[in-house]
Amino acid sequence: MENFFIGVGLALSLLVLLSFYRAILGPTVIDRIIGVGVLGTKTLIILLLMGFIYKRIDMFVDISLVYAILNFIAVLIFSKFFVSKWV
Amino acid sequence: MSIIITVLSIILVSAGVFFLAAGTIGFLRLPDFYTRLHAVGKCDTLGTVLSLTGLALYNLHEGLSLVSILVSLKIMLIGVFWFLGGPTATHALLRATFESGKTPWTKDGKAVIDWPPEKGG
Repeated sequence: MENFFIGVGLALSLLVLLSFYRAILGPTVIDRIIGVGVLGTKTLIILLLMGFIYKRIDMFVDISLVYAILNFIAVLIFSKFFVSKWV
Repeated sequence: MSIIITVLSIILVSAGVFFLAAGTIGFLRLPDFYTRLHAVGKCDTLGTVLSLTGLALYNLHEGLSLVSILVSLKIMLIGVFWFLGGPTATHALLRATFESGKTPWTKDGKAVIDWPPEKGG
């Protein structure tokens, strides 16, 4: 089962790398904001997979929860302050 | 019992990764950010919730104890939070973009709605 988790983590890392294309080179500010949001979503699952691989899921689940809340608030604040100015 | 839970969680996590991959492909290939948000906002939410459900189920495969039930509840809490928060974040971003006056992409370049939108609607 650990091999399955490592494979899923590698696939998600590949998707994160693909999302970096839009997060860095995206034509507008909004593309970059969406890219950061997508990155955060996949990082959340990768953190849980790391917890299962290292057998410390009781610790990693808290980190993942904090990451989810920070990601949500970050996208809301970016959309409030950055979009109307620089589109 | 343990093998059933393991197989079920493998199926759920694989489905979640499939939806995340579909969302990322749409995010890379679609023409403007309204369509990109359309792809990402739904596929990411569904993929995340499916993956988290599978992981919470796998956490219970060694038998029920207080710690494992608590950790599974926490993982499902992340899932419920993301099920509510992801579409909200997508909607806030889309609304901010719409009110800043950016026209949606069409194939022939002509707008399909009156522009700019009426204020106070």
